[in-house]
Amino acid sequence: MHRRSFLKASAAAGGGVLLGLYAEPQAQAQGRGRGQQAPPDPHNYIKIAADGTVTIVAKNPEVGQGVKNMLPMLIAEELDVDWKAIKVVQADIETSKYAGQSAGGSTATPNNWTPMRQVGAAGRAMFIAAAAQTWGVAPSDCTTTSGHVTCRGKSLSYGELASKVASMPAPNLADIKLKDPKDYKIVGHSQVGLDVKNIVTGRPLFAIDVKVPGMACAVFEKCPVFGGKVVSANLDEIKKLPGIKDAFVVEQPVITEAVLPGDPGVENGIAILGETWWHAQSARKKLQVKWDEGPRASQSSVAFAENAEKMSKEAPQWTIRKDGDAEAALKSAAKVVQGNYSYPFISHAPLEPQGATAHWQNGKLELWTNSQQPGRGRQMTAQLLGIQDSDITQHMVRGGGGFGRRLTNDYMMEAAWISKQAGGVPVKLLWSREDDMTHDYYRPGGFQYLTAGLDSSGKLIAWRNHFVSYGADQKFASSAAMGPTEFPQRFIPNYSLHASVQPVGIKTGALRAPSSNAFAFVIQSFIDELAHAAGKDPVAFRLEILDASAPAPAAPPQGGGRGGFAPPGMNADRMKGVVRLAAQISDWDKRSKSLPKGTAMGVAFHFSHMGYFAEVAEVRVDAAKKIKVNKIWVAADVGSQIINPSGADNICQGAMIDGLSELMFQEITVEKGRVQQTNFDKHGMMRIAQAPPEIEIHYAKTEFGPTGLGEPALPPVLPAVANAVFSATGIRVRQLPISKSGFSWA
Amino acid sequence: MAYKLNVNGHTSTVDVPADMPLLWVLRDVLDLSGTKYGCGIGQCKACTVHLAGKPVQACLTPVSAVGNLAVTTIEGLSADGTHPLQLAWQEIDVPQCGYCQAGQIMSAAALLAKTPKPTDKDIDAAMNGNLCRCGTYLRIRAAIHKAAEMGASASAKTPLTAHKEE
Repeated sequence: MHRRSFLKASAAAGGGVLLGLYAEPQAQAQGRGRGQQAPPDPHNYIKIAADGTVTIVAKNPEVGQGVKNMLPMLIAEELDVDWKAIKVVQADIETSKYAGQSAGGSTATPNNWTPMRQVGAAGRAMFIAAAAQTWGVAPSDCTTTSGHVTCRGKSLSYGELASKVASMPAPNLADIKLKDPKDYKIVGHSQVGLDVKNIVTGRPLFAIDVKVPGMACAVFEKCPVFGGKVVSANLDEIKKLPGIKDAFVVEQPVITEAVLPGDPGVENGIAILGETWWHAQSARKKLQVKWDEGPRASQSSVAFAENAEKMSKEAPQWTIRKDGDAEAALKSAAKVVQGNYSYPFISHAPLEPQGATAHWQNGKLELWTNSQQPGRGRQMTAQLLGIQDSDITQHMVRGGGGFGRRLTNDYMMEAAWISKQAGGVPVKLLWSREDDMTHDYYRPGGFQYLTAGLDSSGKLIAWRNHFVSYGADQKFASSAAMGPTEFPQRFIPNYSLHASVQPVGIKTGALRAPSSNAFAFVIQSFIDELAHAAGKDPVAFRLEILDASAPAPAAPPQGGGRGGFAPPGMNADRMKGVVRLAAQISDWDKRSKSLPKGTAMGVAFHFSHMGYFAEVAEVRVDAAKKIKVNKIWVAADVGSQIINPSGADNICQGAMIDGLSELMFQEITVEKGRVQQTNFDKHGMMRIAQAPPEIEIHYAKTEFGPTGLGEPALPPVLPAVANAVFSATGIRVRQLPISKSGFSWA
Repeated sequence: MAYKLNVNGHTSTVDVPADMPLLWVLRDVLDLSGTKYGCGIGQCKACTVHLAGKPVQACLTPVSAVGNLAVTTIEGLSADGTHPLQLAWQEIDVPQCGYCQAGQIMSAAALLAKTPKPTDKDIDAAMNGNLCRCGTYLRIRAAIHKAAEMGASASAKTPLTAHKEE
């Protein structure tokens, strides 16, 4: 089998085994699949049926982020058709036709803002050219309205011009003039999700709903310790159970190193194929498996924490960044503040568990998946099965949530392998919730040992962080890295960031706003500690830090760039803008000083994925440490245009609630190599009665190109609430989830 | 075992194990995939259906316990997708991923059938079992109020009480 061994499992000191070490920036991994490609061809995106119906192709995978609306809206706007009159269809994976068919890093907006509008505008230009030719007039004499070309009282519909346009070459996209945003009729106006009607009537939409003739429903039992292998199992007995079509050990040798960078492969295990999923799952309960659990069975969260504590007292393994002299500045500081922060592993837990449908037939494969990186999944599956990418037809099916879980494609490869090993039976693989929670690519936990110094005027002059994370050999495990430009680097003259890592033997990966979802809590909570130590207002103190910016190392891209995680291009003025906006919409100056005892406001900001967010939370905390979040104010700067306001608001509100779930409940722990939380009773989510009754969102429209908001909206809410809790109670929580400190939702 | 089930006003006979949850009978035997699997232990209520008008978790209801009680799923909530909740959900643009929403709507329909003008508190009490991983709770609440205005209880009657024998 041809496989790039970019990253390898390696035995590490202490008997642990490392997985998926990242040698490249996360952003690159997330953006993979875009690459350098020919400009998009409008013919691939716009289809006109014989009856004149206009169909627009939605190229990206939809997992709830609203991209199935957004990208076609951009095309429809410039094409000049009525949104209600068109159809939108989901593309298959076709890398020759469509660039960047992935969902990750909040990149869909910046990467598609220009090309999708160009596709629509080029389409419109082609219809105009076809009409002008028909009428023998100059294209410049023609205009369009609602899917028609008109010229001096004459009118032809796009449908009537379709056959002419079909054979016309696309114009050079760069030469096409785009609309002035003030003329937008679709973009900037709320458009209800295209699948909503089918969702509320229960039509089959999701990967779990796929049905193929002759299909078997499969479950896949893996070792509770990652990478463990089957020694023996009572398969003969299982095969005789009612409704069972087949049961076998997946013979594929265990691939626990990366099949592609950052993406560990298929685990060994037992597949059971049933007439229904229940038959297979019931048979599974009768499975008796002897596992070889391998070297990872000794790891535990308790030991991780003990190791971290020990490492924090030793010299750091390496230094990531050093500006000025933090040690000297700390010695001369008027006030020194220390804070030891930590956050746990957490699970993605999208509500639709992982699964895929695969049909192996004569050396070819058909796949139905809800992957966030389907092209990458296809590549990995092809390598696993020893076939070409072009041997795989892959349909993109709606995903019941993604949150980064479906960036990795383990379940896709499993389904494909099982269908092949079963002799070409079409197989719908569905993981149980327990499978999903115990075989995730977890948001890595981490520990940050912070020390900072204030001068006699309360100005922040020194910042030292000993970041204790997971990895080996001065490399971080997947999504466990901190970059050299993490805030407040470049805003403080004396800054040092040191790191130490310990090995981890569970898989780690990107969870919505990777690293930011934990770092914002740490950094913005610690800045709050410093504001209080300096006796300064938390908003004013933050603005003071942002004022002290050294020049940004690179100009921020104007859209079309990469959705970075680290903030090399963070524009301090844009961040100050949203901090001021958050203070203004929450009436911070007055309101925060006039609340009753036990009620308080907190503020935080964070830059990630090219998005600028500042958030204010107001909380009430009672004597029993029960917290009610009364309201959250969100101030966002994601550029000049919100494409679909209804979708944007929904995603921002959801990001708040998602963040609050992480703040309060979520923690994955490991004992004897096994993940201990198996379902939502142990890894909870916020419920409706606990949710803030109000979440108010304001967008600062700036001249910068539009960027995404699904991820950058989330990180500030955790520290905003934690900081409010401090103001309300005097209790500074430095460890997530805060339920460990006795807090709960009112 | 053969069981005669009355689902959405139609009677079907299924031959399945007695302990097979109604959820999997609906999804894998009767091809009604609108009802979703989320946790299997009654924590998320994505699988909510009505049994004789009352909301139940199909993942925890063995087929043998259904008897001749009328089962209503999201597919049968209205004949043409015009239950006030289905309309309000569209108007408010509630879903993100949408996976939990059938369960949300079925819980809300049971609430409105009993309490046609629910307060926020009523909604919290009736809906607190339904998880939404995307966090659309504010819109769910708004859409239930909207549907209440539209008179959900009147239109919901037929499917909620329908019980036909062959």
